[in-house]
Amino acid sequence: MIPALGLVVGIVAGLLLQPSVPVWAQPYLPIAVVAALDAVFGAVRALLDGIFDDKVFVVSFLSNVIVAAFIVYLGDQLGVGSQLSTGVVVVLGIRIFSNVAAIRRHLFHA
Amino acid sequence: MRDHDDDTARTSGPDDDARPVDQPVAAAPDAAADQPGATVEPTAGSTPTGRGRFSRFSKAQLLVAVLVAALGFAIVVQLRQTEQQGLATLRQSDLVRILDDVGDRRDRLAAEASDLESQRRELTDVSTGDQAALDAARARATTLGILAGTVAAKGPGVEVYLTDPRSTVRAATLLDLVQELRDAGAEAIQIGSARVVASTAFTDVAGGVAVDTLVLRAPYTVVAIGDGQTMATALEIPGGVIASMPEGAHATVATRDEVEVTALHATPDPAYARPAATPTPQPSGS
Repeated sequence: MIPALGLVVGIVAGLLLQPSVPVWAQPYLPIAVVAALDAVFGAVRALLDGIFDDKVFVVSFLSNVIVAAFIVYLGDQLGVGSQLSTGVVVVLGIRIFSNVAAIRRHLFHA
Repeated sequence: MRDHDDDTARTSGPDDDARPVDQPVAAAPDAAADQPGATVEPTAGSTPTGRGRFSRFSKAQLLVAVLVAALGFAIVVQLRQTEQQGLATLRQSDLVRILDDVGDRRDRLAAEASDLESQRRELTDVSTGDQAALDAARARATTLGILAGTVAAKGPGVEVYLTDPRSTVRAATLLDLVQELRDAGAEAIQIGSARVVASTAFTDVAGGVAVDTLVLRAPYTVVAIGDGQTMATALEIPGGVIASMPEGAHATVATRDEVEVTALHATPDPAYARPAATPTPQPSGS
């Protein structure tokens, strides 16, 4: 309930404030968002599995975001930023898909 | 952030409804030790345990809410950014590729522009050439029409009024008059209602003169367009046409600023002659 409210509050704040992304953060924000989505889906899955842990979620959320951004940064420094971004998105996408599949099995038993 | 958290805590529903999985979490292997450890945020002092309904409320859940709020915020920001995204966020290689594309496109457009430019120039030249040719042809047709007597003409000239009460004027007299006018530069001549052209014939008939097929009787009015002064002088010169008029005939010459030659010479379409290719440039029509 509270995280859902937080999501709503964050969306409303983004809509109201309409901030512009700083230039230095522009390559990393999309990847960070995808990584955070992965963490959130993992948390929902854990919730349904009954093993949800606030601390695990916080740590995984932050580490996901930081590691994803760091990988993109590293790729930019190595000159393979776009390829590494694609790789990160692919990996996170696979994880999101598997998590969503688990959630689906929980909710619909199918 | 801290206010926001407090507001969320106060306005949210009962803790039991919000977090139905607290018991399993507490039963997790390391959850018991983690729950206190996770509350290291500065919001630790504002734990909303003041009311009994929120006694189960965890700081870690607030942290989760904060993180999810940050996620929602970031998603919205990123969506908005993507909507208005220009070239600023692209990488160098992408920018180089786009620059190449733009350069190619510019080259293509420049080539196309130059093609269209030359095409336009050609069309303009052709049309102006056509227009010039058309104007020339029209002017030539008018000139030839005046000479052939198929169009009316007006301009400065003379008017000769020839009285002949005794019918002594012969065809030869009128022919002399016309020849004199032609020599003096007359461009269009009309006698009575008959247009005088190159093929005009003067024939003596009873009581008058036939100009082509038109029979004219005295008095005769001759209108000629040309340099009036020159023609008048030529006609009135001593020993000239007027001076040698037959007995009883009398001519008066009037120079006019504008006379009109309105009689037309009917030109039958040639039955046999057809235009042939002109091998050499024709002299000017006038």
